[in-house]
Amino acid sequence: MRNWRVLGFLFALFLVSPTLLAQSAPAPAGSDNARLAKLEQAASEAKSSADNAWMLTSSALVLMMTGPGLALFYGGLVRKKNVLATMVQSFAMMAVITMVWAIVSYSLAFGSGSSFIGGFHNLFLRGVGANPDPDYAATIPLQTFMVYQLMFAIITPALITGAFAERMKFSAMLFFMVLWSLIVYSPMAHMVWGKGGLLNASLGGRFPCLDFAGGTVVHVTSGVSALVCALYLGKRVGYPKQAMTPHSVVLSFVGACLLWVGWFGFNAGSALAAGSLATSAFVATHFGAAAAVIGWSGAEWIRNGKPSALGAISGAVAGLVAITPAAGFVGPMPAIVIGLIAGAFCFFMVATVKARFGYDDSLDAFGVHGAGGTLGALLTGVFAVSAVNPIFKDAQGNPLPSGLIDGNAHQLLNQAVGVIIAWVLAIVGTLIILKIVDVTIGLRVTEDEEVQGLDLTQHGEEGYSWEVTA
Amino acid sequence: MIKIEAIIQTSKLEAVKDALHEIGVEGMTVLEVRGHGRQKGHTEFYRGREYTVDLIPKMKLETVLPDAIVEKAVQAIVTAARTGKIGDGKIFLSKVDEAIRIRNDERGEGAL
Repeated sequence: MRNWRVLGFLFALFLVSPTLLAQSAPAPAGSDNARLAKLEQAASEAKSSADNAWMLTSSALVLMMTGPGLALFYGGLVRKKNVLATMVQSFAMMAVITMVWAIVSYSLAFGSGSSFIGGFHNLFLRGVGANPDPDYAATIPLQTFMVYQLMFAIITPALITGAFAERMKFSAMLFFMVLWSLIVYSPMAHMVWGKGGLLNASLGGRFPCLDFAGGTVVHVTSGVSALVCALYLGKRVGYPKQAMTPHSVVLSFVGACLLWVGWFGFNAGSALAAGSLATSAFVATHFGAAAAVIGWSGAEWIRNGKPSALGAISGAVAGLVAITPAAGFVGPMPAIVIGLIAGAFCFFMVATVKARFGYDDSLDAFGVHGAGGTLGALLTGVFAVSAVNPIFKDAQGNPLPSGLIDGNAHQLLNQAVGVIIAWVLAIVGTLIILKIVDVTIGLRVTEDEEVQGLDLTQHGEEGYSWEVTA
Repeated sequence: MIKIEAIIQTSKLEAVKDALHEIGVEGMTVLEVRGHGRQKGHTEFYRGREYTVDLIPKMKLETVLPDAIVEKAVQAIVTAARTGKIGDGKIFLSKVDEAIRIRNDERGEGAL
């Protein structure tokens, strides 16, 4: 890795030297220091450009996960009459959460504040410009960091929509999501990733919880909130007696494949630079997803006698969820282990546990994201090693062991603290928000509207109109 | 005039159509339908949950013929559509009182 850095530096030197020579030719003798300073600046600018290019690409990839990735994935799983309503719930997050983020929630998540939540210092993105914030990412503009994090803030609430699909009012969904972004997402992001956060592992939090790309922040919070929503709203009319099969596994298939690709931006981008850590996270992400396809499909094959397409793509998503917190801390082989376990475990959650308890988590937001996120966060504490990412250091700057197999059994406890806080925050926050929305504008559509479908009753249109008459 | 309604396996449509053309049947209407007789449906699994699909896709072929060739047509359909397994379908025959060609108001068997 060091060799590459040196090579990269020499290459940068090679690129900038003609310019420097041309500029320095007329300068008086004895200005070596000035030349060196210029050189250093040019090298750091080159690194900054490389990192920034990757981070802008990653930001776009993460946005693509929500639209069209998640929109297609969820859209295919609902019945035909709800396809547009389901897709637009994800799409609406791309617009609405962006506004909330710009005005206040970026500041609440990443501004300086208490251990639990940021302050109002960066309201309206004040102070978020071209200069990097070394606490977060020393080589990219803070504005890049801000927009990258925004894409996470968009997809997280969009994941919840799977739990209340096919029965929630569009207006109630919007109101719920704005409040959720403020009350659940922002504090959790601040605790894990923000300056002074209680669980922040890289900035010296009280309980350093390893969460590379959002196992707790994104998947546990959204998945657990999803379960609370499913329980509070109640079942869809006719569930579980009436068959509610996916209207197009084909759409879901395309969506899941887009999610897999976008996830490289999600996980490898969380290195916040284009170096070898990004590569390591990229590899772990891919291996985790691939192994989980095998885990889920294998379990399904044994239990039901056939490996389904929906099972294979659901397995991929489960693996991507579980590897998310671990991506930048574990090697490729542990990533495979995490994926295999996650695939089989999430299949068990949606096929057995959901049926036993009878809640209507329509598209399995809890079974995949809540369960997979919790599993991944805990397994990160097992498989994290300092050889991949020396996140903990002693006073002299020497790396300390990361997870259980690295010799730091205590980390499991920190991971558990992170998971418990995420669960409690998600349960309490979501219950409060649901109550507020329930008493003000009401959560569910009427039974008639639900039977007619949300496309027609909420949006006045239909997803498919293949009439015979032209 | 007799109306033939034949409910057959979707995979047998081409064979039945060809067999009818062979004996000189010139017109027919085909519909995609779903239903079941004695054939039980199949099961599908979505995320581990089992669903029974008891209305199975079938093809329904309708044609109205002069009495003279009805029996030949029935034999053609039966021969072409039979696999010998449950689910091969059924044929219904019924009397038709009148046929009218919209283009020129022609009536009776000439309109077929």
